[in-house]
Amino acid sequence: MSSARNLRSLLYILCFPGFTCFLSAPLTNAQAQQPSAYAITHAKIFTLAGSPIEDGTLVIRDGKIAAVGSSVDVPAGAQVIDAKGLQVYPGLFDAITQMGLSEIGAVSATVDTAETGSYNPDVVAATAISPSSEHIPVTRASGITEVLAVPGAGGGRGGEPGILGGQASAIHLAGWAIDEMLIKKSVAMVLNFPEIQTQTFDFATFSRREKPYTEAKQEYDRQINELTDWMDRARHYAQAMEKGSVSKYDRDLKLEALAPVTRGELPVLVFANRARDIRNAVEFCDKQKLKMILAGGEEAYKVKDLLRSKDIPVILRPMLSLPLDEDDPYDRLLTQPAELAAAGVKFAIASFDNSFARRLGQQAANAVAYGLPYDQGLRAVTVNPAQILGLGSQIGTLEQGKLANVIVTNGDPLELTTDVKYLFIRGQLTSLENKHQRLYEKYLNRPKTQ
Amino acid sequence: MTVSHGTIEHGSVLIKDGKIAEVGPSIKAPAGALVIDASGQFVIPGIIDCHSHIAAEAINEGSVSVSSMVSMEEVLNPDDIDIYRDLAGGVTSANILHGSANSIGGQTLVIKLRWGQPASKLPFEGAMPGIKFALGENPKRSNFSVPGQPRRYPATRMGVEETIRHAFSEARDYKKTWDDYNKRVSAGEKNLIPPRRDLKLEPLVEVLEGKRYVHSHCYREDEILMLLGVAKEFGFKVRTFQHVLEGYKVGDEIATAGVGGSTFSDWWAYKVEAYDAIPYNAALMTRRGVVVSINSDDAEEATHLNQEAAKSMKYGGLSHDEALKMVTWNPAMQLGIDKRVGSIDVGKDADLTIYNHDPLSAYAVVQKTLIDGHVYFDREKDIANRAEMEKEKKALTEKLKKAEKKPEEKKLPDQKPEEKPKPPASVTTPTAPQAAASQGGAL
Repeated sequence: MSSARNLRSLLYILCFPGFTCFLSAPLTNAQAQQPSAYAITHAKIFTLAGSPIEDGTLVIRDGKIAAVGSSVDVPAGAQVIDAKGLQVYPGLFDAITQMGLSEIGAVSATVDTAETGSYNPDVVAATAISPSSEHIPVTRASGITEVLAVPGAGGGRGGEPGILGGQASAIHLAGWAIDEMLIKKSVAMVLNFPEIQTQTFDFATFSRREKPYTEAKQEYDRQINELTDWMDRARHYAQAMEKGSVSKYDRDLKLEALAPVTRGELPVLVFANRARDIRNAVEFCDKQKLKMILAGGEEAYKVKDLLRSKDIPVILRPMLSLPLDEDDPYDRLLTQPAELAAAGVKFAIASFDNSFARRLGQQAANAVAYGLPYDQGLRAVTVNPAQILGLGSQIGTLEQGKLANVIVTNGDPLELTTDVKYLFIRGQLTSLENKHQRLYEKYLNRPKTQ
Repeated sequence: MTVSHGTIEHGSVLIKDGKIAEVGPSIKAPAGALVIDASGQFVIPGIIDCHSHIAAEAINEGSVSVSSMVSMEEVLNPDDIDIYRDLAGGVTSANILHGSANSIGGQTLVIKLRWGQPASKLPFEGAMPGIKFALGENPKRSNFSVPGQPRRYPATRMGVEETIRHAFSEARDYKKTWDDYNKRVSAGEKNLIPPRRDLKLEPLVEVLEGKRYVHSHCYREDEILMLLGVAKEFGFKVRTFQHVLEGYKVGDEIATAGVGGSTFSDWWAYKVEAYDAIPYNAALMTRRGVVVSINSDDAEEATHLNQEAAKSMKYGGLSHDEALKMVTWNPAMQLGIDKRVGSIDVGKDADLTIYNHDPLSAYAVVQKTLIDGHVYFDREKDIANRAEMEKEKKALTEKLKKAEKKPEEKKLPDQKPEEKPKPPASVTTPTAPQAAASQGGAL
């Protein structure tokens, strides 16, 4: 009986791509029927580009923010949303997820997160993102309007992913097909920075194995040499391309993908947690003249001055995690954001997950509880990720001309009990309906038995 | 926030001999009492985690499908740092269970998080013992295989049911053998040979006799009803369904059977049987009359169970009190320890957690955690001790480095491997339990 039911839901997923995202009735044929302009009025507006506006109006037209302020006229024909008593914020931005790349963690058939092999600079997340993933509307309902979908990411805590994991794609959490969802196809190159691993986990015997330092260091050096070689070859390849002599070479898609990295145009999203690994990564990126974004960064506080001096931003792993070491203070990860902020390191907070993406606000709030100024907590999940990923001119604040990814809430969007009342993506009023709420309503209405 | 009788603004709690002596709006601290000024703060009953794996040296005895002979009490590790971390998250009691590798797992144990005390002092005195069952993907090993081992029975949910039925069938026969023997002994028969003890079946007999709680890991609605059916067939009770992520689909059936539901706040989609998990589960089961708790199953998750409980207000509209009960009174009831803990009432153990904000907020930080009237966690002290700990660690590291640099020299016994620096936690453990004076508090 149960497997039949599963089969049905599988068929459902297979047969109706896109359908689940827009199930609610008013939004069927949304593209045709949606008004081109909205005015959200009488709201407290947190633009994150200046102080909050009391009793303000935000006008959305053709997908963008047309006007925002305390004395803005409502354009003729605009659909008006009276938001008296409500608050308006930029939608939240989850800067590291596997959105659309993984549906059910334990079922490999639904997982497209990481390729085999160590060097896959040519693979692109956007290719494998499933627009009808149930995670998308579930995540959206918590006020997250855009995410970075990251392939091949490790992070140094278990698993052994490749070194160059592929290209991360920034997407809106709405759209019938991937082209509509894309903010930018190639945002950063994933680099799981090699670690000097003296401890490994052997899955065959299910036990830890100790490796002597010299042996671990040798392995590390080998990986760094290999990585350096990739960069050198990509640089030479890029030079050949620039000189128009590529016809003299066989086309190499991997090197071609890596070329913008070597030119410093495409940032590297470097996954590293330990201070030693971060230092090594900074040194490597410096030498190679790469544009580095640190991801993970659980010991970023130990190298905060280095990060600040090199202007390297950090996308932090969830602070609701246990400290790395037994003798770390119990709140080590919770106080880190405050410490980084005080040191002037720019950072975002991200979920590094799909099903826990909706805890993004909670993570930021916990950082605030442990000393991060509230304003910075909010910025860590809105404008900072946008800026860090080079999308700051398009998204992240409520300013005229920016993409209208906007949420209207009944309170602080970081607080556990706050509800999102309206949500706009690319200026379209987007459904908050999702699998969880559907099941809730279905079983809320199950007739009483016995 | 008493949980049992509302919230008292500017209230006080008087603690004597580890018990709550008075609760009310105006209590005079008796002479000699230690006063904790909690002005502007929030006091709740200590958090109870109905599903935890902290303080355990081993989790699964994965070699057999029925491992009722193994017990958590035998593998308690009082030095597990996660005890302190969860204490810092306001947890005072926890149900320590085996993993979910087997249809019938091992014997569970309720502990108090008395950090710094030996293993013998951790068990919650007088708490009913329990046993872990597990249904679904884990016992049938859907998502993993043990290297070098063939597939194991059960491999389907059908087999899981039969594994449990076989075990109870044996247990019933075993019980009968003993009952007959005891009857003959009490009838005065002499020189009888007692039946051979069976350590696997003994705990199951206790289940049949209502002397041991069944805490069953489960996900899907069908397997929930399956176990209710088996329990009915053999005449035992299931005490709690653990995880019970599809509990909302069969809330009436669970409530009618009088079984508790202990679930996650918002975990989902990590495996197929969690794909229909919804954050409304706690609220929906509550509305059908199930006693529901939110558990952690994870040392980290346990550090913010207050926040996880708060989500039941957002998802399903439970009240503040109902939400708070999810991690205090309800788990106490599920573990049968509600006479002792779970609310702030006179006569109960003084297990209290103090926050700087409303605990059902993401901005609330635990300031102090008390067990039996003793402060086992104090955030201020923890922070104050950090510099000292850091210094001690550095000194030890230096010493170790020196020792390593001259390995050829004559080996002195004190240059043998240094002890690992102690975690900062140990500093905040209470000194010897204070005697009668105990602590009174204007909390």
